[in-house]
Amino acid sequence: MATETSLKESRAGDLAAGLDALESPVIVEQRPWWRDAWHSVWPVLAALAAIVAVWQIAYVLELKPSYALPSPADTWSAFVSSVSDGTAGRAVSLSLQRAAVGFSMSVVLGVAIGIALAASSLLRRAFGPIITGLQTLPSVAWVPAAIIWFQLTNQAIYAVILLGAVPSIVNGLLAGTDQIPPLYLRVGQVLGARGWTRIRYVLLPAALPGFLGGLKQGWAFAWRSLMAAELITYSAKLGIGLGQVLDIGRETSDMPLVVAAISLIFLVGIAVELLVFAPIERHVLRARGLTGRVSTS
Amino acid sequence: MTTATAAGGPGTDAPAAVAARLTGVSHHFGETTRPPVLDGIDLTVAPGEFVCLLGASGCGKSTLLSLVAGLDKPTAGTVEVPTGRPALMFQEPALYPWLTAGENVELALRLRGVGRGERKAESVRLLDLVRLEGAHGKRVHELSGGMRQRVALARALAQEGDLLLMDEPFAALDAITRDVLHDELTRIWSDTGRAVLFVTHNVREAVRLGQRVVLLSSRPGRIAREWQIDIPQPRRIEDPDVSALSLEITEHLRNEIARHGH
Ligand SMILES: Nc1ncnc2c1ncn2[C@@H]1O[C@H](COP(=O)(O)OP(=O)(O)O)[C@@H](O)[C@H]1O
Ligand SMILES: [Mg+2]
Repeated sequence: MATETSLKESRAGDLAAGLDALESPVIVEQRPWWRDAWHSVWPVLAALAAIVAVWQIAYVLELKPSYALPSPADTWSAFVSSVSDGTAGRAVSLSLQRAAVGFSMSVVLGVAIGIALAASSLLRRAFGPIITGLQTLPSVAWVPAAIIWFQLTNQAIYAVILLGAVPSIVNGLLAGTDQIPPLYLRVGQVLGARGWTRIRYVLLPAALPGFLGGLKQGWAFAWRSLMAAELITYSAKLGIGLGQVLDIGRETSDMPLVVAAISLIFLVGIAVELLVFAPIERHVLRARGLTGRVSTS
Repeated sequence: MTTATAAGGPGTDAPAAVAARLTGVSHHFGETTRPPVLDGIDLTVAPGEFVCLLGASGCGKSTLLSLVAGLDKPTAGTVEVPTGRPALMFQEPALYPWLTAGENVELALRLRGVGRGERKAESVRLLDLVRLEGAHGKRVHELSGGMRQRVALARALAQEGDLLLMDEPFAALDAITRDVLHDELTRIWSDTGRAVLFVTHNVREAVRLGQRVVLLSSRPGRIAREWQIDIPQPRRIEDPDVSALSLEITEHLRNEIARHGH
C-alpha cells in the first residue's frame, strides 16, 4: 500500500516536471550584438558620405563665399586641430560635466514632482497641464530670466537645464505610472504595500519602462538647454564649453570652428543616447522578457 | 464594519473560531436602484476549511472575494477576517516581471515584515512546496503558465493570513496542467492547514477540491444552495462519485441560469 502511494506520488511528480519542461518558453539565442549594430550603422555612414559629397559639390560650385562655406577638408582639419590641441576635449568635458550635474538634479527634482503628481489627482489636475505646457516652451526663452536671477554663473546654466529637462522627466514618470496594468496595483494592495512601500516596490519598478522614455527625452532637453545657455552666457570666468566655442566661432567668423563645434554637440548628444540610455533600456526590457525572441516549441 | 484586520496573527493566542465570516453582506456598484450584485450573503469559512464558491459568470464571485480581501467595502453587512490580511490569487498569475520567481515570493515576505535574513530561506522553502526547486532565479517570462501560477501560489502562501482566496486561478490552464495543480493544491492545503475560499464556474473543479460547495445565484447574488462533500481526498476529477455529484450540482446551476432566460 505504501509503495503504491509513493509510486503514484512519483508519477505525479514526473507528470508535473514533464509539463514544466514541455511548456517552458525556449529563449532563442540572440544574434551577436555587433551584427545588429552593423546592420543599423552602415546606412548612417552611407548617408553621412552622401551629405559630405553634396557639401563638396556646393563648395566647388562656390554657391557661397568660402569664408561662409568652407570646404569639407578645411573643416575636417579645423576639427582635427581643435581635437589635437585639446580645446575640443576641454570644451566637451566641461559641457558634459555641466550636463551630468544638471541632468542629475533634473532627475531628482523630476522624480520627486512626478511622484507627488502621480499620488495626488488634485495636484496632477492643477500642475499637469502647466508642466506639459512647459515642455513645449523652448528653454532658450529662460536664459534672460536665469541671467537676471543668477548673473553669468553656473547657477544660471543649471537653472536653464532644470527648466528644460524637468517637465519631460515628470511627464515620463506620469506616462509610466499611467501604463501600469491595474492588476499589478491590486496585487500590491493584496500584498499589503501602501504609502512608501507601494511607491518603492510597485509603482516605480512597474513604471520604469515608460519612465525610461521620459529620461531619454529629458536628457535631450537637458543637452539642448545647456547649449542654449552656454551660447548666451559667455564670460571669462565661466570656462569654455561647447556652446561657448560656438560663440567664439561666430565672433571670429571662423566657420570651420562653428561647424566643428556643431558636429561635436551632435556627436556627444548621440553618444550619450547610444552608450548610456540604449544599454539601460535594452537591459530593462530584456529582463522583463519584452524584447527577447521567445518561441514555445 | 470590520474588515480584514489582524486580531492576533497566526500562531498567537488561541486559534480563531472562524477564518472568515460574512453577515448580511450586500453590495452594489453605483446607483442603488438596480438589483444589487450581492444580496444578503451569510457565509462562514471555518479554520482549515476548503470552500468552493460556484456560480455563473457575472454573478458576483470576484466581487465577493474583493470584499473578503478588504479591497472593497460592502454596501451593507459585515466582513470579518480575524486571522490577518487574506492572500488572494487571481486567474492571471500577476507576478511582477521585473523580479525573479524567488524575488516575487520574497516581496510578499518583505511586505509582511519578515527580516532580510529569513526571506531567502523562506522563499526557497515555499518554492520547494510548490515543486519549483530550481526556479528561484528564473524570470517570469522564462516560466510556463502552470509554473507561473505555482509561483503565484507560493507568493500567496508567503502572506501571513490563514485564509487563501482564489479567484478562478486555474481557468486559463489546459486540462492536464489543471489536474496536476488540483493535486498540488489539495496536498498543500492539507499540509499547511490554511482555509481556502475557492471561486470557480467549473462544477467538477469545485467538487474535486471542496469540502463544501456553495452555489451563488445571479442578479442578485444570493446563496442558492450548499453541498457538503464527504468524498475522501485525494479525489480525482474523473471519480464516479465526483461525476455523480457534479451532475446534480450542474442541474441546479442550469436552473439558476435558466431563470434569467425569460
Ligand atoms: N467595478 C465595477 N463597477 C460596476 N459594475 C461592476 C464592477 N465590477 C463588477 N461589476 C458587475 O458586477 C457583476 C459581478 O461581477 P463579478 O464579481 O466580476 O462576477 P464574477 O466574478 O462572478 O464573474 C457583473 O455584472 C459586473 O458587470
Ligand atoms: Mg470573476
